[in-house]
Amino acid sequence: MSRLPVTKTPKPYVGGAFIRSESGRTFPIRDAAGEFFANIPQCTRKDLRNAVEAAAKAGPGWARRTAYNRGQILYRLGEMLEARRGEIIDTLMRFGAAKAAAAREVDATTDRLIYYAGWADKYEQVLGNVNPVAAPYFNFTVTEPMGVVGVIAPDTPALLGLVSLVAPVIVSGNTVVALASEATPYPAVLLGEMLATSDLPGGVVNLLTGFRKELVPTFATHAHLRAISAVATDEERQAIDLGAAESVKRVRFTAAGPDRAWLADAAQSLYAIRDFVEFKTTWHPIGA
Amino acid sequence: MLAQSSPAAFRRLFDEVGTVDQVGVEERVAKYATRSIKKASKLKGLQLAVSMVDLTTLEGKDTPGKVASLCRKAQRPHENPGVPSVAAVCVYPAMVRAARRALGADTPVRIASVATAFPSGQAPLKTRLGEVRQAVADGADEIDMVINRGAFLAGEFGRMQDEIAAVVQACGDAALKVILEVSELETYDNIRAASFLAMRVIREGDFIKTSTGKTSLNATLGNNQVMLEAIRDFYLDTGIAIGMKPAGGIRTAKQALQFLIAVKETLGDAWLTNERYRFGASALLNDLLRQIEKERTGAYQAPYYFSEATESY
Repeated sequence: MSRLPVTKTPKPYVGGAFIRSESGRTFPIRDAAGEFFANIPQCTRKDLRNAVEAAAKAGPGWARRTAYNRGQILYRLGEMLEARRGEIIDTLMRFGAAKAAAAREVDATTDRLIYYAGWADKYEQVLGNVNPVAAPYFNFTVTEPMGVVGVIAPDTPALLGLVSLVAPVIVSGNTVVALASEATPYPAVLLGEMLATSDLPGGVVNLLTGFRKELVPTFATHAHLRAISAVATDEERQAIDLGAAESVKRVRFTAAGPDRAWLADAAQSLYAIRDFVEFKTTWHPIGA
Repeated sequence: MLAQSSPAAFRRLFDEVGTVDQVGVEERVAKYATRSIKKASKLKGLQLAVSMVDLTTLEGKDTPGKVASLCRKAQRPHENPGVPSVAAVCVYPAMVRAARRALGADTPVRIASVATAFPSGQAPLKTRLGEVRQAVADGADEIDMVINRGAFLAGEFGRMQDEIAAVVQACGDAALKVILEVSELETYDNIRAASFLAMRVIREGDFIKTSTGKTSLNATLGNNQVMLEAIRDFYLDTGIAIGMKPAGGIRTAKQALQFLIAVKETLGDAWLTNERYRFGASALLNDLLRQIEKERTGAYQAPYYFSEATESY
């Protein structure tokens, strides 16, 4: 007996739920063979605003968790990716990756999560410090998360690029609103499904699909975003810099680079964590 | 089962003032959320809403200092000169003196005080009237009273009205707002009936008000609509214009605009003034300011750029 086809409606993951755009708009995407694949929600600046509200709400709870627990949760996200490895590889292949390249990207993505999961309860030992001072004070520097951080992912590699930018931001207790690859948004939708089953509290990572041209200016000017981590063109960089100056937010650009640069060990670093924390230095008097 | 012990009395009252089509009301108010208000008209609406706010602090931990900073915020909600002052501050009777000291005599901001054993109203009538007189003597321009819900639900409408009338007398020149506490009236029919009972004994320029903000269910578009329609029908009958004040649960600018749409489409422009419509709210003002600033700058604003909501002083 023939079955009716059951196709999935791709929906981005925002505030712990799978949403459609408030505008109701979608845009069609095609696979590598030119076949219609699905209609993807075309998120608007209002969706971005709602996502920032969700991220702000999730922030204090996420930052209050122990570093060890945040590491466990990132590791569990890695486990989720590993469990669905075959499905993700098939998806990447459908959008044009060769089999070996797709497998490399998925494995590198999982490994990247594990890498940052490992840093969760260790970066503080490296970044924090006891400072030598010439007075009877105990002077120490500790890190604190910044708040809500905007992530603008590269078009390629769609999955690895997104995760490479998101993981170092959330590991320190920030929450994220991320814009997925415009050319290949579907892997981000898949990632959302894994986020939903990874013990990550809703609202810590919010993924939007849509057009960079519509959303990048709002990322730049939104005063509630404390920082932006982006892969951007020269023109976008200018818009982001201007908006960030107006709202006093920190900006970290990552070069677009070929896929092999994203796969390399050099693409992951403690400095990606450091760039999204605030340093707090305290002077504490030493008793006589 | 309703907590009504006198079905006959209610039936007579419903025959007199009419009942409410609940499904119709809810369908009607659902439509208000679909109106598209943008740019200049949105800004105008937000500013109007600011001018209608009764900035409220009703907590056990209120102090004269807290009330003073509330008053400063009421007079000058934002550095942007396009933002008007709010309609009134709303405080407990014990804080009326502090509010008057902070505001001075010559100010557009009025002082409203909840009186009559707010929020339960369960004190002897004499005590409640004494509270009203004291608040007025201390400088309150407006009194927010609670009705005797027990009397209403028992069908003792005369007693409920007599008490309101006594408070009207005790108010003197002060305006009166009659809190129906809709969450305890249980049905739209009862809300409409109670609105009429109250409107018959208060004066032009007085208000009816949804709730104390101290119970689980507060102002909604639905009960706001029922009361607005009661005001409209009463006005068409008698020519007496009564004001309306939804209170509690209105926290966002978007909600406030929807309430204003309800006013505009039910009562018309004559009620779009703070002499006839108020919002009882504490957190709402900050969101209004945030959205006004968003309209001015074009950029979404962070909540921490605005002073704290009054409940978290």
